[in-house]
Amino acid sequence: MHAISYAAPTTVADAVSILAEHGANARMLAGGTDLIVQVREKLRDTTVFVDAKHIPDLMQLSVNADGSATLGAAVACHQIYGDDAIVAQYPALVDACRIIGSTGIQGRASVGGNLCNSGPAGDTIPPLIVHGAVANIAGANGERTLAVEDFCTGPSRNVLGDDELLVSLTLPKPADGSGSHYLRFIPRNEMDIAEVGAGAAVTLDGDTITAARISIGAVAPTPLFVAEAGEALIGQTAGEAAYDVAANIAREAASPINDMRGTIAHRKHLSFVLTQRALRGAVARARGMEVGHGH
Amino acid sequence: MAVETREEAVTIKHHSEDYSVVGTRPVRHDGVDKVTGAARYGADVSQPGQIYGAVTRSPHAHARIRSIDTSKAEALPGVHAVITSDDLADPGDKVTGGGEATAVPLKYKSGNVLARGKALYHGHAIAAVAAVDAHTAGEAAELIEVDYEVLPPVMDVREAMKSDSTLLHDDLHTDFAGEMSEAPSNIAAKFLFEEGDVEAGFAEAAVVVERVFNFATVHQGYIENHNALALWHGDGELTVWCSSQGHFTIRAEVADILDVPISKVKVIPTEIGGGFGGKTTCYLEPLAAALARKAGRPVKMTMARADILKATGPTPGGYVRVKMGADSDGNLTAAEADMGFEAGGFPGSVVAAGCMCVFAPYKLSNVKIEGYDVVVNRPKTHAYRAPGATQAEFASETVVDEICEQLGIDVLDFRTKNSAEEGTWRAGGPAYGRIGHIECVEAARNSEHWQSTLEKPAGTYRGRGVASGFWFNIGFTSSAIARLNPDGTVTLLEGSPDIGGTRSSIAMQFAETLGIGFDDVIPMVVDTDSVGYTDVTGGSRVTFATGYAAHEAANDMRRQMIEGMADVWDVAADSITYENATFTANGESASFKEAAHLLNEDTQQIIGKATVTPEKEGNAFAVHIADVEVDVETGKVTVLRYTAIQDAGVAIYPPYVEGQMQGGAVQGIGWAFNEEYFYDDDGRLRNATLLDYRMPTTLDVPMIETIIVEVPHPGSPFGVRGVGEVPIVPPPAALAIAIYDAVGIRYRDLPMSPHRVYAELAARQNGAGA
Repeated sequence: MHAISYAAPTTVADAVSILAEHGANARMLAGGTDLIVQVREKLRDTTVFVDAKHIPDLMQLSVNADGSATLGAAVACHQIYGDDAIVAQYPALVDACRIIGSTGIQGRASVGGNLCNSGPAGDTIPPLIVHGAVANIAGANGERTLAVEDFCTGPSRNVLGDDELLVSLTLPKPADGSGSHYLRFIPRNEMDIAEVGAGAAVTLDGDTITAARISIGAVAPTPLFVAEAGEALIGQTAGEAAYDVAANIAREAASPINDMRGTIAHRKHLSFVLTQRALRGAVARARGMEVGHGH
Repeated sequence: MAVETREEAVTIKHHSEDYSVVGTRPVRHDGVDKVTGAARYGADVSQPGQIYGAVTRSPHAHARIRSIDTSKAEALPGVHAVITSDDLADPGDKVTGGGEATAVPLKYKSGNVLARGKALYHGHAIAAVAAVDAHTAGEAAELIEVDYEVLPPVMDVREAMKSDSTLLHDDLHTDFAGEMSEAPSNIAAKFLFEEGDVEAGFAEAAVVVERVFNFATVHQGYIENHNALALWHGDGELTVWCSSQGHFTIRAEVADILDVPISKVKVIPTEIGGGFGGKTTCYLEPLAAALARKAGRPVKMTMARADILKATGPTPGGYVRVKMGADSDGNLTAAEADMGFEAGGFPGSVVAAGCMCVFAPYKLSNVKIEGYDVVVNRPKTHAYRAPGATQAEFASETVVDEICEQLGIDVLDFRTKNSAEEGTWRAGGPAYGRIGHIECVEAARNSEHWQSTLEKPAGTYRGRGVASGFWFNIGFTSSAIARLNPDGTVTLLEGSPDIGGTRSSIAMQFAETLGIGFDDVIPMVVDTDSVGYTDVTGGSRVTFATGYAAHEAANDMRRQMIEGMADVWDVAADSITYENATFTANGESASFKEAAHLLNEDTQQIIGKATVTPEKEGNAFAVHIADVEVDVETGKVTVLRYTAIQDAGVAIYPPYVEGQMQGGAVQGIGWAFNEEYFYDDDGRLRNATLLDYRMPTTLDVPMIETIIVEVPHPGSPFGVRGVGEVPIVPPPAALAIAIYDAVGIRYRDLPMSPHRVYAELAARQNGAGA
C-alpha cells in the first residue's frame, strides 16, 4: 500500500473539482465500510479519499414541504431508522438499514455509499427502487438526475463519471394506502450478504392493488427492477393468488449465478419465495399492520 | 448419585467425593487481564529495532517452481532480507514433530513452511521478505517473480485416489503397516483395524444399513491471527515470541527447520486467542527467525485472515462409508467402515483417529475399518478439536439412527443396550477402563429436554435428534514447578498455554492437594527455559495431565516443607503431620502460611516439581439433543433448543467445563450448517474471508444447555477426564437426525446449507409430482 491522501471538502463544488483533478484514483468516502476494505484487499487502487461527511448537502435528511424526502448520500443507516417521519413513509428502506451488517456497521454505513458501491446484493438498492427514488448527481458538467433503477450498470459499476458524485436521493411521497417491505435470505442470521433480496411497495384501494413496484437483488449483475411483476398486480385483489403471479414473474426475471453464496436453482426459487413474502409484508403494512424486519 | 441444578446447567455426580476447591466457581486467575484488555497477545509484543515480514504465496493450486527471482524485491528501498526454501536447512530424511501432531518427515514440515520445488496449494508460502515496515514488506513480497509450470489441481479425495490421478509427490508411496507400495500414489497411508468376522456378523443381522457420507473441508476459525516475533542474540541464541498451543513443539520445529541446536532456541508463549488444534504447529515462526538471522534485526510477522484460511491447516474433507447390522432384538452384530480423508498438500491427515473413533461408543465383536490418508492440492490439514471424530461419527451415528428406525427401537435404549463399557475393545485398542457413556445416555433420557414434548404448530416442520460422541483424551508429558513464596502463596509455573481456563483448573488441583485456597496459588505459563518439557495443549489433556503434574508438585512441596519444618522445630520429619493445611508435631503447630514464613526466615527455598506422563487416556463421551425447525420454502434450519451432556470425569472448574461443552457444540453446529471451503475449477479458494466462510454468530445458536456427568477417571488423582474436544463430535449427526425427524429426508453431506437442504426438498416434491 502506498501513501494516500485525504481531502475533506465542505461544498459539492470543491468535491467535484478534487474528483476531476484525480480522476479514477479518487473516491468519495462516506462510512468506508466497503471502500476501506476494498482498498486494503487491493480490489481498488484508490489514493485520494474524499470525505463526504463535511458537505452539508450530503448529510441532509429531511421530509420536504411536498411530502417527498431528501436523503443525503452520506447519511448513515442508523440515522434513517432513527427518524420517525422516514420510518413512517419508507419502511422497506428502513428494513434494509436495520439488517445491513451489524449495529456497529449501521453506525457508519450510508445508503448512498451502498448504492455507489453498486453490488448486486446491496440491500438498500431494491428498497430505493420500489420507493421510486431518484439519484441527484453532480459533476464537472453540472447536475443531473436519474432513477435509481438506472444507476447500476454491472457488478461494482454504475453511471457515475470519474468527476461525478452522488449528492442525494429524492424519495417521492408514498400515496395514501401504501406499504412496503424488504427482506433478504442469508444462510446465517446476521453479518452476511444476501443470497437473494426482495423489496415490494404497494398501494391499496380497499383490497384492490392500485400500484406496485417490485425489485430483487443478488440474482443478476445489478439489482433488478421487475416492472412487469408490479404491473401484473394492478387491479388485482391483494392475496396469495396475485402474489404468486408476481413472484413467478420475479423468478423468471432472475438470472443468477452459482457461487459460494448459493446456487442458480436456489436463487431462482428464493426470488419467488421472497417476492411473495415481501408482498405479504407490504400489503400488511398498507393495512396498518406491524411487520418485523426480516433477514 | 447427586444432582445439582443451576440455570440451564445440571451436574450429575456418580461419586461421593466432596472437595473444598475442586468443583467451585471462583473468578479465574487470568480473568481481569482479559476483560480489561491488559492481557498481552502475540501481536502485542515488540522489540527495539524490529522490522516486519511478509510472505509471497502461490496463486496456483499445483505448480512446479522453475525459478524464483528475488532481485527486484531485494532492490526495493527498505528491504532488509529475502528468503526462500534455500535459506532453510536441508531436511534430508530427518523426522520432526510429536505431541498431538504425529511425527512427520521434516521435508514435509519444512516444505509446508516454504515450498520446495512445487507449490501444492493456493496460498502455499513461496518466499518471505523483511522490510522497515509492513507496507514495504508487502510490496516487496509482490515483487518476487516466480516462474511456475502450472499443473492440473487434484482437489477431491476420490479423484486423487485413482491410479491414473496426477501425482502431487513423485516419491510418495502408500504406507500400509510399514509396507510401501510399488508405484507412487497420492494415497500416503492405508490403515486397517479388524476384529472378529464382519461377514458372519452381518449374516446374523435382521437389519443392515449401508450409507456413504461426504463432508467439506472446514477451518478451526480461531479469532486471533497467527503471529511471530524472532530475535537473535549476539551469541547465536534465538528467542521467539508467538501464539501457539505448545511452545515446546514450536521450539523443536524451529530448531529442526533451521538446523539450530534446540538449546539455542527459547520460545516465549503469549496469550492465545483460540487454537482448537490449529496452533499445534509452526507457520510464521521459522520464517521470522530465518529473516531475522539474515537481516540482523528482530522480525515480526502477522498473518492476514485470508492467508490463514488459504494456508493454515483446516480439518479434512472427504468421505466415510459405514455399514452396520443389528439383530431383531437390537443388538449390533457387525460394523464396517472405510474412509478417505484429505491430508492436504502433504501427508498426515487424521484419518487413523477417525477410524478408531467411528464405532467407539459401541460394543462390537465384528468390526472392519479401513482408512486412507490422501494428498490433494489443499492446505496441509491439521488438528481440529477431536480431529477426525466428527466426520467419522457423523456417519456412524446417523446410521445408528436409521437402524433404530427400522427396528422400531428407542434410540437411547439402543445406545444403552449396545454401549461400550469397562473392558470393551476399541478399534486400535486398548480396552476401555471405567467410562461413562451409559451414564450420559441415562442423563439424556432423564433430562428435561428429552422428557419434554417438542411443540409442532400447524405449518411448521420441527424435529428432534440425538447423537453420541467419543474422543480419546490423551496423557502425554507435562511438568510443573511450584515455588513457595514468603507470604505463603505459591507461584505455579507450567508449560501449557491456557486456551480454556486451565491456569485455574490446574491451580485448583494444586490447592486441593495441599488444602490451601484458590487465590493462594498464582499460576504462570512460562517459556521453554523456565519449566520442564510439556507437550501441546491438545487432546483435552491439560487439566488432566498438567493438573496431575501440579498435584505431584504439591506432594513434593509438602514433603520438602515437612523436612524443612523438621529443621525449624528440630524434630524428626516423620513426627510431623500435615492436615487441614497445618503442620503439627510434638505440640508445635504452624499453618501453611506460617510455615512458609518460618521456612523463609530459616533461608530455606521450597521448590516442588514434577513431570508426569500419565498412561491412561481419559475417554470422553457425550450425548447431544437437538431440536430444529426447517423452513421448507428456503431450506434454512433453525436450532430451537440444544442440550449437551458429557462425562467430564470430575469437573474441576465447572464454568469452564460448561464453556467447553457450549463452545464445542457451537463449532459443531457451524460445521453442520454452513462452514466449507469453496474452491473454483482452478483450485483457488474463493471464500477466504469470514464473510463467506460462515461460522455461526451469537444469533445463529440458542443458549446451549449443559448437563455435566461425573464418572471419575481412575487414572487421575481427582478423576479428571478432559473435556475440550468431544462436544464438537455429536452436533452434525444430532442435527441431521433432527432434520430427518422434521422433514423426512436423510442428509448425508456436510454442510447442510440452505441450498443443499432445499435441493433435496425440491427433488422430493418434483419426484412426487411426476
